Amino acid sequence: MTILINSKNEQKESLQPKGILRYFSFSLDHKVIGIQYLVCGFLFYLVGGSLASAIRIELASPMSDFMPRDVYNQVLTLHGTIMIFLWIVPVVNGAFGNYLIPFYVGARDMAFPRLNAVAFWLIPPSGLMLITSYFVDGAAQAGWTAYPPLSITTPQSGQIIWILSVLLLGGSSIFGGINFIATILKLRRPGLKLMQLPMYCWAMLGTSILVVLSTPVLAGTLILLSFDIVANTGFFNPVLGGNVVVYQHLFWFYSHPAVYIMVLPAFGLVSEILPIHCRKPLFGYTTMVFSIMGIVVLGLVVWAHHMFTSGTPPWMRLFFTIATAFIAVPTGIKFFNWVATMWGGKISINSAILFSCGFILNFVFGGITGVALAQVPFDIHVHDTYFVVAHFHYIVYGGSVFVIFSSIYHWFPKVTGRLLNETLGILHFAITFIGFNLCFAPQHWLGLNGMPRRVAEYDPQFQLINQVSSLGALLMAISTIPFLINILLSLKNGKKAGNNPWNALTPEWLTTSPPPVENWEGEAPLVKEPYGYGNPIISKQENTKKAI
Amino acid sequence: MTSLENTTEIKQSSEVTEHHDDFRMFGLITFLIADGMTFAGFFAAYLTYKAVNPLPEGAIYELELPIPTLNTILLLVSSATFHRAGKALINKDNRTSQKWLLFTAFLGITFLICQLFEYFNLPFSLTDNLFASTFYALTGFHGLHVTLGTLMILIISWQTRPKGGIVSHENMFPLEAVELYWHFVDGIWVVLFIILYLL
Repeated sequence: MTILINSKNEQKESLQPKGILRYFSFSLDHKVIGIQYLVCGFLFYLVGGSLASAIRIELASPMSDFMPRDVYNQVLTLHGTIMIFLWIVPVVNGAFGNYLIPFYVGARDMAFPRLNAVAFWLIPPSGLMLITSYFVDGAAQAGWTAYPPLSITTPQSGQIIWILSVLLLGGSSIFGGINFIATILKLRRPGLKLMQLPMYCWAMLGTSILVVLSTPVLAGTLILLSFDIVANTGFFNPVLGGNVVVYQHLFWFYSHPAVYIMVLPAFGLVSEILPIHCRKPLFGYTTMVFSIMGIVVLGLVVWAHHMFTSGTPPWMRLFFTIATAFIAVPTGIKFFNWVATMWGGKISINSAILFSCGFILNFVFGGITGVALAQVPFDIHVHDTYFVVAHFHYIVYGGSVFVIFSSIYHWFPKVTGRLLNETLGILHFAITFIGFNLCFAPQHWLGLNGMPRRVAEYDPQFQLINQVSSLGALLMAISTIPFLINILLSLKNGKKAGNNPWNALTPEWLTTSPPPVENWEGEAPLVKEPYGYGNPIISKQENTKKAI
Repeated sequence: MTSLENTTEIKQSSEVTEHHDDFRMFGLITFLIADGMTFAGFFAAYLTYKAVNPLPEGAIYELELPIPTLNTILLLVSSATFHRAGKALINKDNRTSQKWLLFTAFLGITFLICQLFEYFNLPFSLTDNLFASTFYALTGFHGLHVTLGTLMILIISWQTRPKGGIVSHENMFPLEAVELYWHFVDGIWVVLFIILYLL
């Protein structure tokens, strides 16, 4: 049976509100949903960032004088949960995925537009629920990992709200994943082969496979945990004969792939941005595809490297150390591919490419500490110290968040038809990059010297380094100001961008900016070489397209 | 439901510009893989508990087999009857299809009644020990799936009515989707039966 889709477009035009109101409606347009994800995620980023500032203010002095210890625990739990589940995962997947994937596959919308809208509208209520749990009986205190027995013994109402909220967000994530897999595999324009897709499609395909395979396991685990809290069962309660390590296994079976759910789409986005601003084809397309799929497969079998101090038997340590070290291979291939893409290119220095380069630098550093952490003897030494905190912030902030900013500078002209201000953008980059490294690089030293994470108080000998770190956090907080000013000013008064300000070849630039509701007037273009920069034949095609 | 409305709309407006294949089934399969992973997590937890967490003295793993065996047969038969309903609908025989669907729903309800009967006659309750908790969590989660499936079967059997129903040989998808889901729930039960009752 075939489904006729022009009725959907009719509905889009007649029933959906116009203008700014679209963004507050149950819109089925993938572009509207993408922006909804992005703005909603950014608002939660501001909340999570304020919580991070509170943490760094508290840690500027060795005693817990800024807030009580239990409030500190709530703040760090909310900070982690908000940043992961409400900012990075929805934005790198939901926002950019929804906006770009239909363009890249040459479709007018996602495969399941209603499911798409449902997936987005699950996020604001669950996020608000999570934040307001602070006012009920205190928010969850057990960290974003919610390890039992801690999560069973801390005040219960906050923990239950946390579980419900994460379950809803997990559901949203699974719906999104199903939609992306169906769109990329099934909704491609006739004539477009898989190996001709822009790299972001591959990244989203890999990510969505991880989402679909691993998120349900987290959901099941959290259901069991909520039984322990509410119904007094003993799945994870050692007092009642339960087993806490089983929770850790199930939790990390989701939460290690969650790292790739956060960072694989970022890889894809960087692979889109670099060739355009370096005017060179993406180096090693095929190896890039295979390394993404390699990361997907390996990413599912490395989870226990988070549990080397949980009494894991030696064979398991050996297996997971080796598997984790193997992940460095596909990741390294991608890194060298990006460098080779830039090598000898006509690089235009702008905010988008600066953030992408910042990503490459930070990510390599975070990757190296990651390989170090995979080694059991080293991991046992620094487990649960600030070394781990520094490592994963280099991955998720230095990696994913830098790419989010890079992508905003890159695609803002597509969404609004106006360019962002470059001076403010470069200022934003400089403050973010310096602030980020000032904040997290010293934490490696803190961790190596034994400062434990998740504790409001610390040994006074660490005070100076902690203050340096807090200064970096202050800079990161300040860096949001030029960014916000830039966005707000450029929305109204930004320089007119034209349809294709970067002279790009990827399909989303071959339509008007902002694009029409159906994405293209007339038939979708067949882009077989999305990275054909420097190729005279394709450049000629590009010119004719522009002429049209 | 919606696709039928869409089709009628388009028949009225004569300009049909583009169409694409139906991949709702593909989406459903992806969802069922995800759902299966939830069960996989539960099974993994159960097997680990069984391997490493000894039960307190006096607690037993053995369960009575007659009721679950009956339940296995009920579900397997219900998969077959559902298949018959689909065949009847392909042959444009809505009334027969509806009968088979109602019979399938009857089998599903019987399964749930047997399950509840087993619950009330077990020598342990939810919080007695780790095995009891896992048993109730696993069978309960599966029972929830059977409940939802039975409700969906009742709904589509109403929609298959000869006059005014929207499920017909021209619009098979609702029936096919529920059928696939039902086979999935059936398959999960077989795995559950083997792991929980037989191992």
